This record gives sequence, structure tokens and C-alpha cells, in this order.
Amino acid sequence: MQLRAFGPRALLAEVADARAAVALGAWARAARLDVAEVVPAAGTVLFDGVRDAEALRVALAAWDGAAPAVQRAPVEVPVTYDGADLGFVAERWGTDVDGVVARHTATTFVSAFCGFAPGFAYLTGLDDALAVPRLDSPRARVPAGSVALAGAWCGVYPTASPGGWRILGRTSVALWDPARGEPALLAPGTPVRFVRA
Amino acid sequence: MSLLVRRTGPLATVQDRGRAGLAHLGVPRAGPLDAPAAALANRLVGNDADAAVVEVTFGGLELRTDAGLWVAVTGAVVPVQVDRRPRGHARAAWVPAGATLRLGTPATGVRSYVAVAGGVAVAPVLGSRSTDTLAWVGPPRLEEGVVLPVGSSTGPPAPHDTPRPPRPGPLRLHPGPRADWFAPGTLAALCRAPYVVGEASDRVGMRLEGPRLERVRDGELPSEGMVLGAVQVPPSGLPVVLLADHPPTGGYPVPAVVEEDDLWRCAQLRPGDEVWFTPA
Repeated sequence: MQLRAFGPRALLAEVADARAAVALGAWARAARLDVAEVVPAAGTVLFDGVRDAEALRVALAAWDGAAPAVQRAPVEVPVTYDGADLGFVAERWGTDVDGVVARHTATTFVSAFCGFAPGFAYLTGLDDALAVPRLDSPRARVPAGSVALAGAWCGVYPTASPGGWRILGRTSVALWDPARGEPALLAPGTPVRFVRA
Repeated sequence: MSLLVRRTGPLATVQDRGRAGLAHLGVPRAGPLDAPAAALANRLVGNDADAAVVEVTFGGLELRTDAGLWVAVTGAVVPVQVDRRPRGHARAAWVPAGATLRLGTPATGVRSYVAVAGGVAVAPVLGSRSTDTLAWVGPPRLEEGVVLPVGSSTGPPAPHDTPRPPRPGPLRLHPGPRADWFAPGTLAALCRAPYVVGEASDRVGMRLEGPRLERVRDGELPSEGMVLGAVQVPPSGLPVVLLADHPPTGGYPVPAVVEEDDLWRCAQLRPGDEVWFTPA
């Protein structure tokens, strides 16, 4: 782990990959470090609102690379597989539409981090060999609940927005609800399985 | 007790100290861009620091109250009237029941703050009454005809307060995490010549035009967490200073971070204004 200063009140920890980032983020939350924000991302964890950078460096040196052992049942997200890009993804994966659905529903994903929009989770779990390119020009409006791929990431649009991800299908589950105790259904660290609706 | 919004000006939003601790869910922090001005407005009417105020962009706000209350207007200096009678800037003023508070247009600066004794008491969302203009978490922007509830007053108005010392001169820069994506001496390059505030600047970021920063690395930076005041540099080479409604993660490298105590000045810079930087 390499630590980089991010201005006077934040430290950026660089780790091996998204899985290491989500593990460090979960560990840091469980350790109740004296920081305002713990923000995991693709290969980093940002610690913002740091009062004592030296104390934080010492605390982070104690991390052994593991996530706290909290075994949770995966959140099940029912999907109607009728997305506009199913055919494109099938071609890239060298299979047919049923093959895409089989692969997608057989994968256990983990929410690595949220970004782009509140509650929009970047889900890891697909093989890098299955990475798909984004659309060259994003669609002006992707409906809420769209289940989509970009690179080896999977994501579900919490609200309607412009978007360039490849759409596999849609879910009626509410990904984001500020009135809920846990507003984001797929907060970082959450395991996820997709099932046919 | 409540306020009727009669006019909003170009953009008026409710702001308290913002939504801390939710960046990992993709929620921007929000909060007033000129935080010291918002805090001063609250002190002047006897509120605690957590009370919500109205952030007014380029003036033009009109509010009618249904009960007498104390108000204070701070930030960008605007003509303040209560039922067409002039009132002072940055001091508590009494608005009688049924009277209208009216803000004119600022001659300089951008954002003014209106505090009312008791605070604007719209329903909090995720622990804050702030409107985030990136993802629209929180109460909607003010619209004509909306009624804003007002909380119970907690203390007497302050007769006066220490005015903010002017801090002219450049914005101070701290090193960011990705200086190695740029030619050596990038911090110095940022400080060598003035930048000009771009038209598209808003609560998300202050866009700058001027010398382009030269990258020495190609490719895309994987998304990483962002902080308030981060100077992000997209492929154009033109820096953007991230403000309160910035996305919690971003994919452009950050060679420098503006000192937090200087950020309020970004709230008051207009498109076309010059900005200088200096190493902190």
C-alpha cells in the first residue's frame, strides 16, 4: 500500500485492485479511524477529513490486507433480460443471449464502490476477458433500473440518466432511496447475485 | 412560521453545513460555497452553526414572512430592502409579519446568504437540508410560490460581528496526489500566470481558462476519491477547482488542492475574473 498526500486534510491509499480497496475500506470503517470519509474506488481508498495524518499512517500500517469477516448473503436483484445491448455482448462473449444470461446470473458480484450517481455501484466479479467497451456516444437517457456492463464492471442505474454502458436488462428493485436507513441497496462491500425476474 | 418565495433570482437553494460521511455512497457533500458568509449570517440572527440558510446566486430573491422575524444577509453585497426600505448588509434586520424581504443584484461577487432566526426548516434528507445540484439530493431548488417553514428561534440576534478580514492575493495550493502525471514543476506552472474564471463554473466546480498543464502520462486514471478544492485536470489541460457539489469520485488526475480556508473566494469569483495561485 502506498500513501499519497491529497492536500493537507486527506490521504489516498493506493492498493492492488478494487477488491483490495473494498477490503481496506471495510477494515477502516470497522476500525473506526478518526476520519470524516472513507471512499473506496477502483484501486484506491481516500481518507478525507483527516485530523492527524501521522496517526492515520500508523493505523493503516496495521492493515494485513484482509477485510473484516462479515459474511452476508448476497442481495438478489431480479432482472428482466431484454436490454438493447444483449446481442452485442453475446457476440463479444462468443455466445448467444441465453449464454450471456447464464453467465451473468452465475456470477457473484461484489459492490466495490459507488460513484457517478448516488447509489450507483461498480460491481466486480466478471472476468477481465469478458470486458466490453462502452458506447462510443452515450445514450441521452438510460431508464432507472437498467442493468449494464462497461469494461468488466457491472452496474445498475439508480435513477434515469445519460449513460454509455451496455444494457443487459432491467430491474424494478429500488437501488437508491434516501428515506431508507440504508439508502444505497448496493453499498461498497455488498455481495450481489442477479436472478431472472 | 413560514416564508413565501416570491422571486428566486437565477438560482436559490437551501444550504446547511452539508452531508458528511456519505461520499462512499456517491453522495456529494453540498453545503454553502461561501461557508464563512453563511456562518456569519447564522450568528447575526442568533442561530447555531447547523441552521439552514438560503444561498442566493446573483441576487433577486424575494421572501414574504407570515410572522415577524430577524434576518441577515451576508456574502456578495446586495441592496437589501424590507418593504422597500433599505436595510444594511451583514447585520440583523427585523422583518415584520406580512413584510417582504428583497435582495437586489450584487455589484461584485456572486453568492449572498439569507439567514432567518430559527433557520429554514425544510425536511432534512440524509441528515442535511442542503440542496446538492449535481445529483439533486436534498430539497429542490427554490421556486416561486414555494413556502419554506422556519424553525424556532434559539437565541437573540447579535448586534454586530467581526467582519471577515479581506484576504486579497492568490489562492494557496497544496500538493495533490497525482503531480507525477504532469511535467515537473506543475505546481509552479499553476502559480506562474493568472487564470480566468470560465462561464460554465457552478457549485460543482470553478472552471479555469489559461495556461494548459502538460501531461507526461497517457491513458486514463481509474476513478478515485476527490476532496473539496481538488484541482482536477481533464485531457484539455485546463484545471477545474472542485467545489461543494463535486462528484465524490473522479477520473482526472489532481496535481494540487486549494487551501480550504481560501475556497470561499471561489464562491464569489465571476466568469471573467482573474485568479492567481501561490504555493501554500
